[in-house]
Amino acid sequence: MVGGVASGLADHLGANVLWVRAAFALLAACAGAGLLAYAMLWVFVPQESLTAQEHRPSPKERQQAFGLIAVGISLAVALGTLSGAVSTWVAVPVGVALVGTAVVWREADAAQRRRWVDGARSGMSGALLGGGGRSAILRVLTGALLVAAGIAVVLLRSGTMGQLQLALAAVVATLVGVAVLTVPWWLRLVRDLGDERRARIRTEERAEIAAHLHDSVLQTLALIQKQPDVSREVLRLARGQERQLRGWLYGPDGYGARDGVPGPTALSQAVAEICGEIEDRFAIVVRPVVVGDSPMDKDLAALVQATREAAVNAAKHSGAAEISVYAEVEAENVTVFVRDRGKGFDEDEVSPDRHGLADSIRGRMDRHGGTVRLRTTIGEGTEVQLTMPRTAVGARSGS
Amino acid sequence: MADNKPVRVYLVDDHALFRAGVRAELDALTDDVEVVGEAGSVAEAVVGIGHAKPDVVLLDVHMPDGGGAEVLRRLRPDLPDVVFLALSVSDAAEDVIAVIRAGARGYVTKTISSRELVTAIARVAVGDAVFSPRLAGFVLDAFADRPGAAPISDPDLDLLTPRERDVLRLLARGYAYKEIASELFISVKTVETHVSSVLRKTQLSNRYELSRWATDRRLV
Repeated sequence: MVGGVASGLADHLGANVLWVRAAFALLAACAGAGLLAYAMLWVFVPQESLTAQEHRPSPKERQQAFGLIAVGISLAVALGTLSGAVSTWVAVPVGVALVGTAVVWREADAAQRRRWVDGARSGMSGALLGGGGRSAILRVLTGALLVAAGIAVVLLRSGTMGQLQLALAAVVATLVGVAVLTVPWWLRLVRDLGDERRARIRTEERAEIAAHLHDSVLQTLALIQKQPDVSREVLRLARGQERQLRGWLYGPDGYGARDGVPGPTALSQAVAEICGEIEDRFAIVVRPVVVGDSPMDKDLAALVQATREAAVNAAKHSGAAEISVYAEVEAENVTVFVRDRGKGFDEDEVSPDRHGLADSIRGRMDRHGGTVRLRTTIGEGTEVQLTMPRTAVGARSGS
Repeated sequence: MADNKPVRVYLVDDHALFRAGVRAELDALTDDVEVVGEAGSVAEAVVGIGHAKPDVVLLDVHMPDGGGAEVLRRLRPDLPDVVFLALSVSDAAEDVIAVIRAGARGYVTKTISSRELVTAIARVAVGDAVFSPRLAGFVLDAFADRPGAAPISDPDLDLLTPRERDVLRLLARGYAYKEIASELFISVKTVETHVSSVLRKTQLSNRYELSRWATDRRLV
């Protein structure tokens, strides 16, 4: 009813509003804890923006709420007085001051909502009044007056102070009053600053990405227009551009952000790089799939080079339009499969002057303790399986 | 397909050019697939699919007003018989896992050849699942036993059997179902059963990686 805290809380907890309000009223009796809690929640819990439809309380609900507020405040005052902690002359004006604060804050809240509607930005008067017109001004003034009156009564009644003390106390009290009344405004200042900074960062980021992407996409499109008849070249350009875009959108290996091994030293990224390179060189499609990941070391670098060699062979000789590269990192081994659905070959008939398979793949893998398995069937394609033991990690998890 | 009725397909994609391309390719390639309608937005799709009652919906993942996942959320409860096959340029984990968990029976990327697309449509139409190599890789990754992984709350859903793992590995290596069957000495039907079972686990498991990828797209 005042700040909408109770109904918000009730929504969140799935409880009846009435119970929440009653709880606040009861808590208020405990040396004002309920009031403090209410004020804190009001200040710090972000408001639902106005897309949510406004809930108009029924007259009965309104009555109940006002009743509970009255009960809460009077309970707080009465208990405070009875327990003798504070005298009636302090408690009643403090209650009055609290009511005044509530009135001003509520007005600021309404102003906030109006601000969302017309999106205006204004200073302090805007924060408190927000174009609410004469009645808003009236309400704010009433609230301020109530606060001032409360403070004044407390000061005057405490009487026994000397002139100087009284003046000092009055100044302090006024400052406190002003500080409390302007809380909504301070909050707004802080939030606006945060919002503005976020917006600026977002814009800058977008501009940077746009500049980079538009430039390279335009270039690719220009190149494609120049040589529309060379279909291999068009395919190569398109795949290259696609890879670059994917890199920007989903990270270097196209998987999006992932936990584990970041940076350019990860196996997944090295595999993605050689696949991209082969796509560019031979104008075919190379699809890498990497399961698990591992930081690169000398052995894995050799494995990646052997993978590259196997994929190059497939690109050159198989006649297939697409090559699948699958790498899996396990506890002891890293295994890579390079597969094509091309024409396959008979291993015995490979002419001895072609060293690709013998040296670059078998030799390299042997030197680092890895193994090579080759499966090829004429007419159905070829698959090269490369297995490399993981030295660093494999020693640790020996099963 | 045993009966000769064509599979009725509905296209949902915000790029009209792409819809026209797919339609032309499907029309030219086969009589087993008949395109019965298309939509360019989530709202259009929800209405159109409700009217056309197609067998299979080819669903784009990224659309301005909510995307494929939104279509799935709105239609799945009312139309449990309509099968959704996600078709997207993106193969980022968040996108793939998100639509699968929202109820799609398969995921293929737009670079797929028309012939493979027809096979995929036929496969989901009879209730099987379709995994792209990338999706198979993600699922293997998500179900991997790595140190420090969250404890298994439901072994039936949170673990893959060794056989399912074998099948997924071959899928990730680019094998077709028939090739997987001969590689593992099992029937194609058994391969299909394994893949369907993996799909079910991917959709229902509470494994951290899966729910993380899904929540990245504000789903589930």
